[in-house]
Amino acid sequence: MELLKKYFGIVWILLGVYVGYERITDSLTKISSDKLEDRVFGWVILCVLVPIVVGGLILFGKYALNGEYKSNE
Amino acid sequence: MSAKRNKAKPKSTVDKRTLFSVISASSVGTLIEWYDFYIFGSLAAILSSQFFPKDNPTAALLSTLATFAAGFIVRPFGALVFGRLGDLVGRKYTFLVTLVLMGGSTFAIGLIPGYATIGFWAPLLVLLLRLIQGLALGGEYGGAATYVAEYAPEGRRGYYTSFIQTTATLGLFVSLGVILLTRESLGVDKFAAWGWRVPFLLSILLVGVSIVIRLRMAESPLFSKLKTEGNLSKNPLAESFGKKQNLKMVLLALFGATAGQGVIWYTGQFYALSFIQKACNVEFVQSNMIVAIALLAATPFFIVFGGWSDRIGRKPIMLAGMALGILTYRPIYDKLYSLSDLSQKQEFVDAQTIDRKSTKQDDGSLLTTMTTNHFYEGGLIAKDIEKTVTESPGGKSSKPELTKTIILPTASFWLMVLLVFIQVVYVTMVYGPVAAFLVELFPTRIRYTSMSLPYHIGNGIFGGLTPFIATALVATATKANEVAPGSVAKPYLEGLWYPILVAGVCLVIGLLYLNNKPYTTAED
Repeated sequence: MELLKKYFGIVWILLGVYVGYERITDSLTKISSDKLEDRVFGWVILCVLVPIVVGGLILFGKYALNGEYKSNE
Repeated sequence: MSAKRNKAKPKSTVDKRTLFSVISASSVGTLIEWYDFYIFGSLAAILSSQFFPKDNPTAALLSTLATFAAGFIVRPFGALVFGRLGDLVGRKYTFLVTLVLMGGSTFAIGLIPGYATIGFWAPLLVLLLRLIQGLALGGEYGGAATYVAEYAPEGRRGYYTSFIQTTATLGLFVSLGVILLTRESLGVDKFAAWGWRVPFLLSILLVGVSIVIRLRMAESPLFSKLKTEGNLSKNPLAESFGKKQNLKMVLLALFGATAGQGVIWYTGQFYALSFIQKACNVEFVQSNMIVAIALLAATPFFIVFGGWSDRIGRKPIMLAGMALGILTYRPIYDKLYSLSDLSQKQEFVDAQTIDRKSTKQDDGSLLTTMTTNHFYEGGLIAKDIEKTVTESPGGKSSKPELTKTIILPTASFWLMVLLVFIQVVYVTMVYGPVAAFLVELFPTRIRYTSMSLPYHIGNGIFGGLTPFIATALVATATKANEVAPGSVAKPYLEGLWYPILVAGVCLVIGLLYLNNKPYTTAED
């Protein structure tokens, strides 16, 4: 189990990178839209959600890979 | 109950009466905060016409920002500001400040003259007050949960903090009740003209009562003990997020619990209502009644699951709530849609009726409303409403505004109540134990700061984005179907992929990395 937790760290890092790529491209499309709602929505995703998901998942994955989440049960 | 009597009591000696006074003080305040927060969302359509006319691009921008910003963006900042204050000064005074800020700004929104009177100042003032509301809400929840948990006896934190968890649902319920009562007693036209201010102005009475209750309470015993011992954190922000030991728990709380909790919460309590109103076209009062009854029936389950989590652990209950949402959302929403899907129902064409009504408006124009009633098998009624405004007698008429509403027969109404009830039960599973879970994850000296941020990012940002992302996904699927008919089988269900995926990731992380036993810190 501990090994699984550790190696899943790579999954979280890759997931962070993928979500970042996918969301950034989608946000850029929205930002160039004619509709005001779409533009604001695009900026919100780009400036708020993307940094949290990408930064958070990569850091979480790094900690998991380093074995920081060892069970104390 | 006197403040003197409560002062710095060790938690083991806190009697039940004191504990329930603490819970009441915290819950009433949090309920009011949620009430204040929800009335803006529920009255969004009326407010946008009062403060944010669509023909002015700047006002329209402020309108969009007001919806986004206060809804979730500033909440994590409120968590940081007030969390830090709560760990430095104390829980009691911090969440007294958040209450005053929240209640004061809600009351002030009810006083702002419309765009027609003060122009650009109206949307600007609303935006500012919405920002204050969001900040205050960011600071309130962590304070209330921490305050109750630090009074609660060992092994019963889940049960006692679950009372705080009911307040968001009750706040939504009370706000819907007040809006419906005001609307029904004043009539639709008066409500749209000035009656919408009543729910805002009423909040000041509730806040006054809550302030009196809170002022009589003492500081939390655990915080008082730390203060007496001189062990308070000098820099809670740096300690919470600068130290790896705490930061890794913040990330675990976010990705293993609160992000999933946020999307399940927003899907059950918000997206369900929006889906019933927009995708199913169910009439305003009936759709609100469906959600209100389901909420009322499911609310006790917050306490059931909170209490249960003390015995079997927080993890299995929260993760089971997420798993159930992932597995059943699509069939549930498909059933909701089918109940009002006219293409599947036989119409009694001969029974069709048309009502025409003309009313003179305050500005002298004439509003003509033509309602065509279609009757379907099983008692379902669909109304096509066409509104036309004529500027002056014999003058130019506006482009007709068309809306469709559906009135469900009794059997379908109650089936929708059941389907929303099931979703709210999932909400109670993920949300009931989460306060105790977060409180136990962090030490007392930085608890307010540390728990508030993952909660508000998970609930506010991941959850708060649910309606917007879901709507965008539905729009994309609908557009794809227009280009290539049939390419997406059920476009109205596409919005559910966002909560399903977020809850899915959270479920896997929770299963792998969360411990089932309560996390214990050196101080507790």
